[in-house]
Amino acid sequence: MILKQVSVFVENRRGRLAEVTGILAESNINIRALSIAETTSYGLLRIIVDCPLEAERILREHGIAASMTNVLAVNVPDVPGGLHKLLKTLSEHNLSIEYMYHAFVSQKDNNACMILRVDDEEKALSVLTENGYTGPSFIN
Amino acid sequence: MTKYYNEQVETASRDQMFYIQSLALTRKIKQVYENVPLYRQRMQEAGIEPGDIRSVEDLSKLPFTYKQDLRDTYPYGMFAVSMDEVVRIHASSGTTGKPTVVGYTKRDIEMWSECVARALVAAGTQKNDYIHVSYGYGLFTGGLGLHYAGELIGATVIPVSSGNTARQIQILRDFGSSVLCCTPSYALYIADTLREQGVDPGELNLKAGIFGAEPWSENMRREIEERLHIKAYDIYGLSEVCGPGVAFDCECQNGLHVNEDNFIIEIVDPETKEPLPDGQFGEVVFSCVTKEALPLIRYNTHDISAITRERCNCGRTLTRMHKIAGRTDDMIIIRGVNVFPSQIESVLLSIGEVDPHYLIIVDRVNNLDTLEIQVEVSERIFSDRVAELERLENKIRAAIESVLGLSAKITLVEPYTIPRSEGKAKRVIDRRKDLH
Ligand SMILES: [Zn+2]
Repeated sequence: MILKQVSVFVENRRGRLAEVTGILAESNINIRALSIAETTSYGLLRIIVDCPLEAERILREHGIAASMTNVLAVNVPDVPGGLHKLLKTLSEHNLSIEYMYHAFVSQKDNNACMILRVDDEEKALSVLTENGYTGPSFIN
Repeated sequence: MTKYYNEQVETASRDQMFYIQSLALTRKIKQVYENVPLYRQRMQEAGIEPGDIRSVEDLSKLPFTYKQDLRDTYPYGMFAVSMDEVVRIHASSGTTGKPTVVGYTKRDIEMWSECVARALVAAGTQKNDYIHVSYGYGLFTGGLGLHYAGELIGATVIPVSSGNTARQIQILRDFGSSVLCCTPSYALYIADTLREQGVDPGELNLKAGIFGAEPWSENMRREIEERLHIKAYDIYGLSEVCGPGVAFDCECQNGLHVNEDNFIIEIVDPETKEPLPDGQFGEVVFSCVTKEALPLIRYNTHDISAITRERCNCGRTLTRMHKIAGRTDDMIIIRGVNVFPSQIESVLLSIGEVDPHYLIIVDRVNNLDTLEIQVEVSERIFSDRVAELERLENKIRAAIESVLGLSAKITLVEPYTIPRSEGKAKRVIDRRKDLH
């Protein structure tokens, strides 16, 4: 359920994001989830890829500031109240979410996959496992 | 253990120092007026006679001298004694054209040696020390300057001179060198080479280093101290004034003590050339009131520093000058405040999270100067949290404001986006120049 997210510092200028995704595409790296946090002058691109170590190395070789962070990928039943139940479980155990986004990988089952950055991923992992949550199949 | 080389002078009261300096100054002005055509002409143009200079307070009446004056009178035109009395010549290679030539009488060499001896003693050097001199010997003042002072205090001097790092290390290991004298960048190079050769600096007998001849930061000092297991002392000087030993660090490392019985220091406004109050940064000016062969008066170094006359914790009363903050050529004036790129660099270094890859952009919007500092995001500071990056921006902004008294816009930029030329980054873009 824990996996490595690659975070990339991207200045807000035309075409810069496409340059970054282009570098990854050329290296045959597949992006499976993505979110962008923006400020007025720069953005933080957060991506889940099939080979994060390789992605980080290649981006750095291109002079791009990139780093890896542990995040949780959690299957959430695609039914009303599914996401609410997950968030409630975490908050009941005093875990706070710093950010979250949706993975755009299509799955065969009826699950949506959420990517979560929490303040204590080890604790979150055991809480979620105890409550019957699983990670998506694409991790393996 | 002796704490001072010349206690009487180094701990003199401010009144005593004023008297010592004033006496030397009035004598020296008479001598240069009589013996150096350039001074006589300049003083006559300014309508001043030697008798008008009665104490240090009259110093600011005198005209400045500049490096260009030495070039114009190349090689010996500003010497105040006959060549019969000159026992030594040094010269600094000019980046353009002719070198700057300086001369010494026998007493000049003695005075200079004492100045450096005070620095050695302030760095804890004693008779039983082995002084390893890795400054170049020759026309450059570094090697011989430290050499004569080492002999004067009775220590064992090892005149290794510069270069051949493998031999340097062999001597450091086998001869028991305890005080290393070289440029700070060479000290780091020695540390690198020791590591490559698998030598633990703890095995060496080194306890102190006396480093100068180039500007260096407090961070560099810490790095040298950690990597060589020594205490690192700054020594300041320039050949036109005498060479190393114009000012020196004591154990407090809190400003360099100026040997002001020989070199009267003033700080002047780079624009108006008026003397500035203590504590304010401006151009450093020296008057060499005891030198015989080449007694430069009100020599404007174009170095930037500030001074304090408060007694130091080491007990010395000698005026202290701040580590050189830059050169006048680098100065930018923003909203009436004199700013040096090195001040901004030291703020960034002190924050510790930032690599000093930055660009200062000055512009004018609605008749108001704006200051933007672009800072490259390094892997060290990179965070996947926007809040962390914003915290860093705020921290830099607050630190800049407290040091410069100016608000600045801090922009984080991608690595390697700040243009670099010949390995050295371009630091300032002043867009106001295009406005006219
Ligand atoms: Zn002191």
